Amino acid sequence: MTAARPDRPKVFQPKMPANWWLKHPKYFLFMMRELSSVFIAIFLVVFLIQIAQLLRGPAAYSAFVQKLGAPEWIIFHIVAFLFALYHSVTWFEAAAKIVVIRRGEHRVPPEAVAGAGFTAWGVVSLVILVFVLLLRS
Amino acid sequence: MAALLVPIHLFLHGIAAPLGWVSINPSLFGHPLVKLYLFVLISLPLYHWAHRFRYTLYDLGVKGMRQPIAVLCYGIAVVGTIVTLWILWRV
Repeated sequence: MTAARPDRPKVFQPKMPANWWLKHPKYFLFMMRELSSVFIAIFLVVFLIQIAQLLRGPAAYSAFVQKLGAPEWIIFHIVAFLFALYHSVTWFEAAAKIVVIRRGEHRVPPEAVAGAGFTAWGVVSLVILVFVLLLRS
Repeated sequence: MAALLVPIHLFLHGIAAPLGWVSINPSLFGHPLVKLYLFVLISLPLYHWAHRFRYTLYDLGVKGMRQPIAVLCYGIAVVGTIVTLWILWRV
């Protein structure tokens, strides 16, 4: 670059309003995606605290699980679950755009990559579900 | 990781178990392999969250305190990992 950059004050610096993400449906969805990881993190912390109750004895653990049955907690978990679903779906769709597998001159279509991701997700979820149900006793 | 594993666990522990649809035996949490799995399940997404949250803060316009925000976010993730390790070790 041969031309010197103008001083900072003379450079046009557009200010981004803090509510930019409310201006367009796609921006809003993007922000919802970011919000989903907050809900997931909160769930993981609550789950960890639940496990930690075992350190205080079986009574403490049962009391905690009882509290989780309260309507506010169920609603929180349903909301978090919906956010987690959204997170996962958008994840596999994004991964499909990024993962490029070439076979000769052709590229494996993104739908196939996404499909593989969703299938893996379904299989893993099923395995965990069966595992937990079988180990009830 | 988070995308693959979290939804089913959210459903099981947050909705199905408290509502009585399934009952999860807590002694499951004592098994070493289960503990290892739980460690991965809980602590790894914390870093993912830390990164996302940090950049979301920037997206929302909080640009002034780059260094403290980074330290705070990743710091929470590291602390979370240590706490998880400590709890799982002792269960």
